[in-house]
Amino acid sequence: MFPTPIQKTAPWVQTGYKIILPLALIVWLLPLIGIAVTSVRPSSDLAMGNYFGLPSRFAAVENYSAVFENSNIGWYILNSFKVTIPTVIGAIALSCLTGYALAVYRFRANLLVFFLFVAGNFVPFQILAIPVRDLTVKLGLYNTMTGLVLFHVAFQTGFCTLFMRNFIKALPFALIESARVEGVSEWKIFRHVVLPLMRPAIAALAVLIFTFIWNDYFWATVMAQSADVRPVTAGMNELKGQWKVAWELIAAASIIAAMPPVAMFFLMQKHFIAGLTLGATKG
Amino acid sequence: MSTTRLTRRSQRKLAPWLFLAPGMLMFLVYVIVPILQSIWISFHEWDGLGPMTWVGLQNYVDLLDDDSFYTSLENNVIWLALYLLAVPAGLFIALFLNQTVAGIRFYKSLFFFPFVISQVVVGLIFSWFYAPDFGLLPKILGLLTGQEIAILADERFATYGVIAAGLWPQIAYCMILYLTGLNNINPELVEAARMDNARGWSMLWHIIIPQLRPATFIAIVVTVIGALRSFDLVSIMTVGGPFGATRVLSYFMYEQSLSEYGVAMGYGAAIAVVLFAIMLVFISLFIVRMLSQERNG
Repeated sequence: MFPTPIQKTAPWVQTGYKIILPLALIVWLLPLIGIAVTSVRPSSDLAMGNYFGLPSRFAAVENYSAVFENSNIGWYILNSFKVTIPTVIGAIALSCLTGYALAVYRFRANLLVFFLFVAGNFVPFQILAIPVRDLTVKLGLYNTMTGLVLFHVAFQTGFCTLFMRNFIKALPFALIESARVEGVSEWKIFRHVVLPLMRPAIAALAVLIFTFIWNDYFWATVMAQSADVRPVTAGMNELKGQWKVAWELIAAASIIAAMPPVAMFFLMQKHFIAGLTLGATKG
Repeated sequence: MSTTRLTRRSQRKLAPWLFLAPGMLMFLVYVIVPILQSIWISFHEWDGLGPMTWVGLQNYVDLLDDDSFYTSLENNVIWLALYLLAVPAGLFIALFLNQTVAGIRFYKSLFFFPFVISQVVVGLIFSWFYAPDFGLLPKILGLLTGQEIAILADERFATYGVIAAGLWPQIAYCMILYLTGLNNINPELVEAARMDNARGWSMLWHIIIPQLRPATFIAIVVTVIGALRSFDLVSIMTVGGPFGATRVLSYFMYEQSLSEYGVAMGYGAAIAVVLFAIMLVFISLFIVRMLSQERNG
């Protein structure tokens, strides 16, 4: 193990480590702690210049309920779910199929198709934006959830294909071979032999894509015009303009907007990290 | 697909394409074709609604004469250079946290926390952190230097302020990649090197870092892509200002073609093509490396 396990070092190093660890964490999260404290500060504190001291009283209920009363944030959050959940399902369904095709079959264009997915996944959004918005308008889907979801599904399929293909490649190929020998059809091999083994990959991708799409801001701005389809990221930007210096409200709204992916991360931490660090260990 | 009519051989030939069809179709329609369309649009003058007029390379010639373009390009280079600091910084934190003491898992997740939050929220948090009069940072700077600086309102510092906000989640990302990498280091090699009296820097440099190569590769890939894609933070924290000083290519393109008043589709497309060309250099490098891995693996 590297660095040397702290248990094997001198006592003063051990004590030092135990003191520095929480201090480092506080410094690292200082901006976040600041915003959390601000979100429970009564507005009178800010008016009186008490920005950094302890809040004069605990005003969480007041601030958080003001956020819901004075803004559409509840609606924006619902919109974010309506965009995020269908995207997760769509992108994973498509990439189970594409990943399987690229991992199991040998055909001439295999690597070409694979790298097209990988490369497409890295392009800047701006090169897609004008034609994609145009296409969405032509389909009559501009400013709808469906328009946003269709694009997200297509784009995320690139990353998900990379992930799924590498995951299936690492499965024992003998399973597929022996099913073939027994005359099982290709679709049934996928459906009954491989798909059940893909559960960990599906879980990892689900949390990852959920976070990516929930946090998307660019497409939410470009493809959603009106408040009734606006996801929470684009909604936050609007609230910031509306509330200007009412930082206790902006802070509370920020925390509300960040909650779903944060909850997802803490509940599914193992899968999240497995997804994110794919490839960090081999290759 | 009727399996009775198809022989097994032809079934196996056809199957991959049937599995690929839905995903490939979506990807072609929404990713591959739009790239080509954008390149095509960049040779035209177009307001997005009326007819397109062919202008050849005029949009690109205009770019070369546009100060905003040079500012954006320069900022993109600064972003890229400073963003790469996330890689060593992530390694440093990972080394710091790679211990087995009580509660370390909890520490690791909290250090990773900034990455899970959306950039919009990160941008808001840092805007507050930097805010003159009541932000934490100007107060600290005021105590240290006797001078309170409104970072985001100052042309000299604004871009660096935005980049610092971006580094926060990016360092967390690199950290988690390295923590996973450290977890998979061959302990026998480390012990053998210890026997040979390697420790500290020489151990890190000669034994540990070479074994972390896959993690480093991915950390560099995601950091380069993240730096060139930077849009959210600029939009949230400065809207490109003050006086356009924090524009990057992605935001400049948005202003020209996508924002409320942006109707210069051809010009915006040309900016997007330039950004795409820059990224293509990196994408090609990644693909070449992945390809050589495929061949060897």
